[in-house]
Amino acid sequence: MSAALVHDPRPVHVALVGAPNAGKTTLFNVLTGSSARVGNYPGVTVERREGRLLGAPAEVRLLDLPGTYSLIGETPDEQIVEKALGGRLAGEPELDGIVCVVDATTLRRGLGLVREVLKRGLPTLLVLTMIDEVRARGGKLDPVRLSRILGIPVLGVVGHRGVGIDPLQRLLPDPSRWSRAVELPPADDAARRFAWVDQVCGAIGATELAPDTRTDRIDRVLLHPVFGLLVFAAVMVLLFQSIFSWAVPAMDAIDAGFGALARASREVLPAGWITDLWADGVIAGVGSVLIFLPQILILFTFIHLLQDVGYMARAAFVVDRVMGWVGLQGRSFVPLLSCYACAVPGIMAARTIASPRERLATILVAPFMTCSARLPVYTLLIAAFVPGTTLFGALGLQGLVMFALYGLGVATALASAALLSSTLLKGTPSVFYMELPPYRWPTARLLARQVGRSARAFLRRAGTIILATSIVLWGLLSFPRATPDPLLTAAEQARANLEASAASRLGHAIEPLIAPLGFDWKIGVGLVASLAAREVIVSTLAQIHAVAESDDSTNLREALRRDVDPETGEPVFALPVALALLVFFVFALQCTSTIVVMARETGSFRWPALAFGYMLGLAWLGAFVTHRVASLWLGLAAG
Amino acid sequence: MGAGPNQDVAIPLLALEVGRDARIAPADGPGAIPSRLEDLGFVPGTRLRVLRRAPFGDPVEVELRGYRICLRAEQMAGLMVLPDGSDSRG
Repeated sequence: MSAALVHDPRPVHVALVGAPNAGKTTLFNVLTGSSARVGNYPGVTVERREGRLLGAPAEVRLLDLPGTYSLIGETPDEQIVEKALGGRLAGEPELDGIVCVVDATTLRRGLGLVREVLKRGLPTLLVLTMIDEVRARGGKLDPVRLSRILGIPVLGVVGHRGVGIDPLQRLLPDPSRWSRAVELPPADDAARRFAWVDQVCGAIGATELAPDTRTDRIDRVLLHPVFGLLVFAAVMVLLFQSIFSWAVPAMDAIDAGFGALARASREVLPAGWITDLWADGVIAGVGSVLIFLPQILILFTFIHLLQDVGYMARAAFVVDRVMGWVGLQGRSFVPLLSCYACAVPGIMAARTIASPRERLATILVAPFMTCSARLPVYTLLIAAFVPGTTLFGALGLQGLVMFALYGLGVATALASAALLSSTLLKGTPSVFYMELPPYRWPTARLLARQVGRSARAFLRRAGTIILATSIVLWGLLSFPRATPDPLLTAAEQARANLEASAASRLGHAIEPLIAPLGFDWKIGVGLVASLAAREVIVSTLAQIHAVAESDDSTNLREALRRDVDPETGEPVFALPVALALLVFFVFALQCTSTIVVMARETGSFRWPALAFGYMLGLAWLGAFVTHRVASLWLGLAAG
Repeated sequence: MGAGPNQDVAIPLLALEVGRDARIAPADGPGAIPSRLEDLGFVPGTRLRVLRRAPFGDPVEVELRGYRICLRAEQMAGLMVLPDGSDSRG
């Protein structure tokens, strides 16, 4: 072997291997200075991350691998680890060394994995994390003796405080100097491996740790069969409330700000399509991305806080059974709940689900949850067409319909999850294991960094595509345009322009497809436009009906009620049509942002394409059945 | 399933009362304990204790080898343990 690698131009490649929640990601961040995602929650490392070792003379590249308890890969995460260690991971060079990361408080389990890694024969280095907790709980550790027994360097660290990092940084660049020849007894099966572990622990004098009494005391309440559920419900209500209502003022402010900016640009710039592109395309497009930011910030502050404190794993523990009935798991709950505000942060929150199969199922059913973008549509149509009568003296029919729409969304999400896990995702191995980490105080700095990282990831990854698609849709809705007619009012001119546009042609073109649902071409244009975002149908319908847009939606409501078919004289929006349209909106995936984020999170457009098709099919079918049943029922009631 | 050793009676882990200590019973042969559980340290002779069950009875939190892990009941079905006698260890 060569001596120092200082002058070797080839970078040194080292991988971090360890159990979930062993502190790999924290160590990775300290060593590389990157702010990769960390959390006091098992299994946060879902994707692979690479970083360059700070302060090293030679180039050392660190690979952060998913957490694993074993090197025999069954789940996709474990297979990544297995392949990486064998140098068979696509796009990854062969490894020069492995850093085994073991939580020192779980040494009696962790050494089993170390034994498996040592069998691979690559230069190995053992890092024991959380040594401060071992001491706090009255345990003893002797890294020097452990190093002698294993024949590899053993370093104790406290990752988030930087304790023990310097010696590690000095050792990392030169894996060839790590191992010394030590003959380890064979340990082919688990029983022998753990017998060896017990022997080693005895030899180094590792004693049992005193129980973490604080965690025990808190768990007695938070995991109590009754109080545990109450606390869970309270935390979820708070989370729901925060993303649903606390974000609203900020979102309204962003909305108003970009609206004002667009108006101001129009006043300053000469009239023309470039100004239109700037004001209605670019500014509105940027606004449509930034509007998600308050929800993402609030939601991720909550999620990271709950993770860092250690509650997230408890919440998953408490509801795992219920989610398991439909093939999801406890950790699916928070992402799905977040989707009530918006599917975009919800789908991003699904990263906390360690098992890829459940993560995918959660992402695919997420758009069925009634997001806040559906609310303007629901409110408009219900106010316009559902009679304001009360049932049984107290229940308002309008409120009841709203409730039914929410219920339909949840029911479909759960049914789809069950369907997915027994069909498409069937057979993909899935395991559920989770450690409940000790409760710890979160640090504000770490929290801010994690939230900032999530926000940046959203803006960078999704923002660009959302912006691009919103400009394309603006183009479809704006071109070609009608010749300007000075006799028309602004609202009438807007309607004329819309009717001449490509989107309108699309609306006419799909009319045969949507006629069975009772929809005419105007609704068709609205549906085409709502592919950008659901709530766009409201402003599009306003334009088609030449209603000047204002904060007061009464005008549009009246216009929709008065709208009649020019040939038959029948109202366009009879109750069955309105109900069918509502059901269509419950099911259909009309949201470019969701599709983009789905593609980003699953790594391809295959899954969002499948979700889009599936949900569109369901929407058509649901609307068709609703229209038929409602028409029949009204006909019977009238006759 | 398999016959336990003569002196003790093996029972399924899932039948073990919460808080009672036990040892994992000798396995009948290769594959008797799922390899996933073996990797977590569930090997014959290991001492363990069921700490709690989730509000709906599942998952189950088990303490062994000085650490705690939550597993779904179905994953531990078939795992046999030998409960300690009346003396309960702390």
